[in-house]
Amino acid sequence: MSSPNSSKLPKVPKLDWLILPVLGFLVALGLWQLISMTIAQELPSPAKTWRESRDYVLKPFDKRGEMDQGILRFTWYSLVLVAKGYAIALLVGTPIGFLLGLSKTFSRAFDPIIQVLRPVSPLAWLPLGLVLFLGAGKQASELGALFTIAICAMWPTVLNTAVGVRSIPQDYLNVARVLKLSRTKTLFRVLLPATLPYMFTGFRLSLGIAWLVIVAAEMLTGRPGVGGFLWQEYNALNYSRIILCILTIGSVGFVLDRLMSLVERRFKTA
Amino acid sequence: MSPFLQLQNVSKRFGALEVLRDLNFSLARGEFVAIVGFSGSGKTTLISLMAGLLRPDHGSITLNDLPITEPGPDRGIVFQNYSLLPWLTVFENIFLAVDQCFPNWSLAKKTAHVEQYVALVNLSPACDKRPGELSGGMRQRVSVARALAMDPLLLLLDEPLGALDALTRATLQDEISRIWETQKKSVVLITNDPDEGIYLADRIIPLNPGPGATLGPSFAVDLPRPRERQSLNHDPRFKRLRRDVIGYLTSAQRQQRAEVHRTLVLPDIEPEDLSNPRPLLGGRRRPIRRREIKHENIAV
Repeated sequence: MSSPNSSKLPKVPKLDWLILPVLGFLVALGLWQLISMTIAQELPSPAKTWRESRDYVLKPFDKRGEMDQGILRFTWYSLVLVAKGYAIALLVGTPIGFLLGLSKTFSRAFDPIIQVLRPVSPLAWLPLGLVLFLGAGKQASELGALFTIAICAMWPTVLNTAVGVRSIPQDYLNVARVLKLSRTKTLFRVLLPATLPYMFTGFRLSLGIAWLVIVAAEMLTGRPGVGGFLWQEYNALNYSRIILCILTIGSVGFVLDRLMSLVERRFKTA
Repeated sequence: MSPFLQLQNVSKRFGALEVLRDLNFSLARGEFVAIVGFSGSGKTTLISLMAGLLRPDHGSITLNDLPITEPGPDRGIVFQNYSLLPWLTVFENIFLAVDQCFPNWSLAKKTAHVEQYVALVNLSPACDKRPGELSGGMRQRVSVARALAMDPLLLLLDEPLGALDALTRATLQDEISRIWETQKKSVVLITNDPDEGIYLADRIIPLNPGPGATLGPSFAVDLPRPRERQSLNHDPRFKRLRRDVIGYLTSAQRQQRAEVHRTLVLPDIEPEDLSNPRPLLGGRRRPIRRREIKHENIAV
């Protein structure tokens, strides 16, 4: 029934998914060029940006100095730090989410605090993180950054897990009750698999935030990494490299999100 | 000897709503009883009580003279909405139940047991599929197989075929009938279809419509087994039973209807003329209340 109808529809060019994004990219590039020529003379044009940051892109793994390294090398430092903070966020956030979802008492007690802490900006957490780890000496900046990433990235995981646990259909719980599954078995055979799709949505949002926070954390602590590099180049008046950093941060964030949504989809169908 | 399953003066209310009132029921070992009622008359509440998923407010429920206080694998339940775990395959869903009921069996014995019951409901080819890949009828078979594989003393079927289309329904009724012939379990079937009850059960009991539902008189189904669907439709005993049960239920509902008293509150509001321009700052005028209207000019 649908095939004769759909064949009558005008044919959509097959390269749509390629042509239109390229077109959008060119428009953005054109706007950038226009702005750099007119209202913001200090803003480097696309060509100038490329000329001045070519070294960092074409030799992405070079290490010429502490704050003068290839862009992928910087990215790697940032990713390692993010991975650590993110891991802490998941390890702490998931159990808290489960407790919130399972226990009304726990939820009543801690939900207000969570709602108050959740909107706090990473820029506000970082100084506190540094204060917390003052005694750690040289490690203080890394621990402070980790603390900030973990506490900011935790919330989506916490809240999504809690929602996931709360929305487990009563049927599944009835199955567990009829079979008299033990508490641990109920947790691992029923609650956890039923919550997984929600948890992964939380994990994906958390990763996005963790990557947002890393830049702020590095800028304030001056650690080598994409964010630290960006801040140093701003202070050195190398504006074109700021743009390089922004593009790198954006692309990495995009790739991370895509990877996570692939993993997420894998669990959605399960 | 006291009956196998017995409910005495059972009442259950949810908040202000009394669902079941002073309900008495008994089931002999190996008996197949169908409870028929309108939707919303408390059928699911009744079977949840038997399963132990709910506790009665008053009265007692005993199985083999032991009070039922919590759900357990001695009562296999088939829910209307299948209640399969969607992340497990057919095999794993049933295996979870078998593993839980017979922890001392060897892995090979458990596997063989699961496979035997998958075969019993004719699902062997779909053994490694997930519930999402199966049709409603197939899912319900898995659910039946899971309940039977637990080798329960009592099988509780809560409108197991309610969500299925008529043809699948008939096929599954035949299958339940066939399985019951071989296994001879005690069964309580909840249904909203008197024909289904008469076709499958030894006894059929109407549930008077709630709130405050009780069981009506029990109708013995004296039709010989195995029952043939085709010839059954012309059997005068079948026709008489069917007429009696349906007649009982509809008259019970009519009585129920006569007792309903409601105060209806009509909305005190008048249609608004949307063609009038709105005030400049967007403030919406209050809707006109009927009781505020003093004079009404109606142009005809």
